[in-house]
Amino acid sequence: MRFLARRIGFLLIALWAAATVNFLIPRLMPGNPAEAMMGRLRGHINPASLHALEVAFGINTHQSLISSYFSYLNNCVHLNFGISLLDFPEPVSSVIAKALPWTVGLVGVSTILGFFIGTALGAISAWRRGGKLDSVMPPVFIVVSAFPYFWIGLMCIWLFGLTLNWLPYLGGYTETITPTLSWSFVVNILEHSVLPAFTITITAIGGWILTMRNNMITVVAEDYVKMGRAKGLKPRRILWQYAARNAMLPNLTGFAMSLGFVISGAILVEYVFNYPGVGFLLLQAVENEDYPLMQALFLLLTVAVLFAIFVADIATSLLDPRTRNNS
Amino acid sequence: MRFLRILGSVVGRGFRFLRRDKKAAAGSIILFVLLVITAFPSWFTPHDPAADAYTPGIGLSWTHLLGTTAQGQDVFSQVMAGTRQSVLIALIVGFFCTVISVIIGITAAYMGGLVDDGLSLLIDVILVIPTFPLIIVIVGYLRNTGFWLMIFVLTFTGWSYGARQLRVQALSLRNRDYLLAARARGEKSRYVIVVELIPPMTSLIVANFLGTALYALLASAGLQFIGLGDISTQSWGTMLYWAQNDEALATGLPLMVLAPGIAIALLGTSLALLNYAFDEVANPALRPVKIARARKVAA
Repeated sequence: MRFLARRIGFLLIALWAAATVNFLIPRLMPGNPAEAMMGRLRGHINPASLHALEVAFGINTHQSLISSYFSYLNNCVHLNFGISLLDFPEPVSSVIAKALPWTVGLVGVSTILGFFIGTALGAISAWRRGGKLDSVMPPVFIVVSAFPYFWIGLMCIWLFGLTLNWLPYLGGYTETITPTLSWSFVVNILEHSVLPAFTITITAIGGWILTMRNNMITVVAEDYVKMGRAKGLKPRRILWQYAARNAMLPNLTGFAMSLGFVISGAILVEYVFNYPGVGFLLLQAVENEDYPLMQALFLLLTVAVLFAIFVADIATSLLDPRTRNNS
Repeated sequence: MRFLRILGSVVGRGFRFLRRDKKAAAGSIILFVLLVITAFPSWFTPHDPAADAYTPGIGLSWTHLLGTTAQGQDVFSQVMAGTRQSVLIALIVGFFCTVISVIIGITAAYMGGLVDDGLSLLIDVILVIPTFPLIIVIVGYLRNTGFWLMIFVLTFTGWSYGARQLRVQALSLRNRDYLLAARARGEKSRYVIVVELIPPMTSLIVANFLGTALYALLASAGLQFIGLGDISTQSWGTMLYWAQNDEALATGLPLMVLAPGIAIALLGTSLALLNYAFDEVANPALRPVKIARARKVAA
């Protein structure tokens, strides 16, 4: 119970810190970028929405910093992030709601794929220590992890999209067809997701291979693995049911955390493929100086990570009793 | 004299380590070459990297080793000239982050109590805020990102992971007998920390430096790629930005994308290779592939 209370406390403090950082960043910047934005907007939007923006960024209001801070926090709690300038006059929250499913679908699936493939390869490579897989994998991974992941996306576009002409590489679906709930449209979406998903999976695998391999090396030396061998169990059973199960434990926390980073993890991949997700939206917001959208997106990305970490902590404490006492 | 002898033995040990460890040797050679290019870029640029004075869009040739850009600049000279910014950002951010991690991580572990609680909370909070979006948001408000601003932003967002690792290791060392003995002798905390506590942590600190440098390299390349770097200077990420701007891939100029990408990966690989080599020094369990085989034979 004390453990749970501590984790909830941390969650709340971190949420508050993220919201506060979000509040302070535009106010600490030299030359007040928000004020410049307002200057451009004056006369283009109706006075009521202008006033709403002024409150959000603390301009021209006779509120003190403290009271505007509290009204900001209040707006955050009620998911009231103002109006997007990119998609004027739609509220920020509905702009985000449109982009979110794309990211969750694409990046979520590729993150899960990357975790399972990487963990399996890591387990096998530690099991056959010094074998073919074990000697090829680490160097290949070292080189792959040194490439910027958006660059791997560019290479995929060049090779599979432009040169071989196998797959589409721009957008979430073909813009010329109207979105319907038909089989051909679903296929169209899947085709568009292959290259970005491949890019994300390839770059994610390496980390899982390495950590799983390192965990497995320690676990394989444990007595219960020797015991399994002495009992004459099939090697495959010892590998998966005895060793890998325990070696995966530390990785599960990482996996839960990586699910939280799903939304923010592939910004540049989405950018390279013009994929209509949250990351692409964030960059568009930056490019068009859509500060309300930027603020809300940053908050969303942080909240996702915080909740994932919270869930990961709880899950680990349920699965591994040792972590409950000494934290 | 004594200093020279110690220096000699350290250098000697370093060389023996490099001879034994192929990963570390390969990493050091690449890094050394890149450092030479960083120090003397003009030795390696046959053409003016900024001049758009050549036939645009030609491929590999003897006058233009890596061809020219869509604007008619020499790609090879640009890659060479861009080395400096990427190398410096990686090393400087790595250095600053490591210094901050060492100070905060070790202070937290050594002082304990409320100081530890406070600093740990700070580390954890900064750790969970998603770094890349935060950088994008900050840089998005500031628009033009000069060299030092980039370094500041990357340092601010990059130190917490290392601080957490170092805190954990310092905690495990804190109650060892030799530290208690030093304190019982009445040594000052400064002496205990610098002479007794930090030396055993060297390999973790070095690994930390290399890991952070790699992070800074990739993050800065990403920022430059989306046009949030200083696009008036030469850097690998900015080359990729212009390549994307000129639709280099679609117009049949893949060298504009390939060359800077491979350059980034070369520096990244050298940092990663050195990192794994130090990881194996710090964690002997990861090392002995050959010994493990021998043991199996013996058993």
